[in-house]
Amino acid sequence: MTSIYDIFKRLDEKNILLSFKGMITSELLTTILSIMESKMDSYEEKPKVKRKVFNVLVECLQNLYHHIDIDNPEIEEFDKSALLMIAKNEDNYEIMTGNYMESKNVELLKSKLDIVNSMDKAELKAYYKKVLSNGERSDKGTAGLGMIDIARKSGQKLEYYFLETDKDTTFFSLTVKIAE
Amino acid sequence: MENLSLEGSAKVPTVKFDAENGVLELKGRSIPENSIEFYKPLNEWIEKYGENPKSNTIVDIKLEYFNTSSSKCILDLFKQLEKLNNKDTDVQINWYFEEDDEDMEEAGEDYQAIIDLPFKMIEVEEI
Repeated sequence: MTSIYDIFKRLDEKNILLSFKGMITSELLTTILSIMESKMDSYEEKPKVKRKVFNVLVECLQNLYHHIDIDNPEIEEFDKSALLMIAKNEDNYEIMTGNYMESKNVELLKSKLDIVNSMDKAELKAYYKKVLSNGERSDKGTAGLGMIDIARKSGQKLEYYFLETDKDTTFFSLTVKIAE
Repeated sequence: MENLSLEGSAKVPTVKFDAENGVLELKGRSIPENSIEFYKPLNEWIEKYGENPKSNTIVDIKLEYFNTSSSKCILDLFKQLEKLNNKDTDVQINWYFEEDDEDMEEAGEDYQAIIDLPFKMIEVEEI
């Protein structure tokens, strides 16, 4: 039973308000958003911060909802669950996600993140407008705007890490900070 | 033609498209996972309305939040209205945003820069 205590302590040290590991469903998404809204209300959080946290959370959750899919029949054992953690630190909120993805898609995602991280506020605005007006849509209806929007709302660089777990799969983790 | 009236929820906005008065309103949140599915009947309604519109069409956008997949659908909706404008109807977009909501104000400005329609930015205390 000490292991539960260990997890509890770790979460506590990291100021985790809410954590979830499992499949992200539409219902779960709604519930997490509603829990976070009432938590922020109870802290009497500034409307501006509340809106930013909510917005970033929507995009992060919908990324997990839409993109944890694998179309390679050779990869048999694929864990579709995700990890979501939300921390409230002294001067910021942190939204952390982790999930497996196909290694072959890493390069594309990494380049997206690097582009967004290389841009300042004005460049992000221009890039968002460009992708919005010219960009195509995927068959899932996603517009390729998620990471740009997350970076715009966060106002800080996105922290990410790719850990190759075997030759086909990679664990992707993302941390988004929103200043109070 | 019939009005389009849809009840909003935690994820989708309230829709009130009034053909008689030429007033189209979206109010609330637009964060569905599948935004194309949600916006399709709205596009279809505007398509039909465009066949015989009022001389003035007012579009009230009173959104508290919208996700990136909705942002594309909202753009498509504006593009549809852009085609109708100055033909049989004059279209006016009223973009509402809350007092200190710079992100929503900027979102309105982003659309204004992309779409050739008269935009009025309206700051309110609460949406």
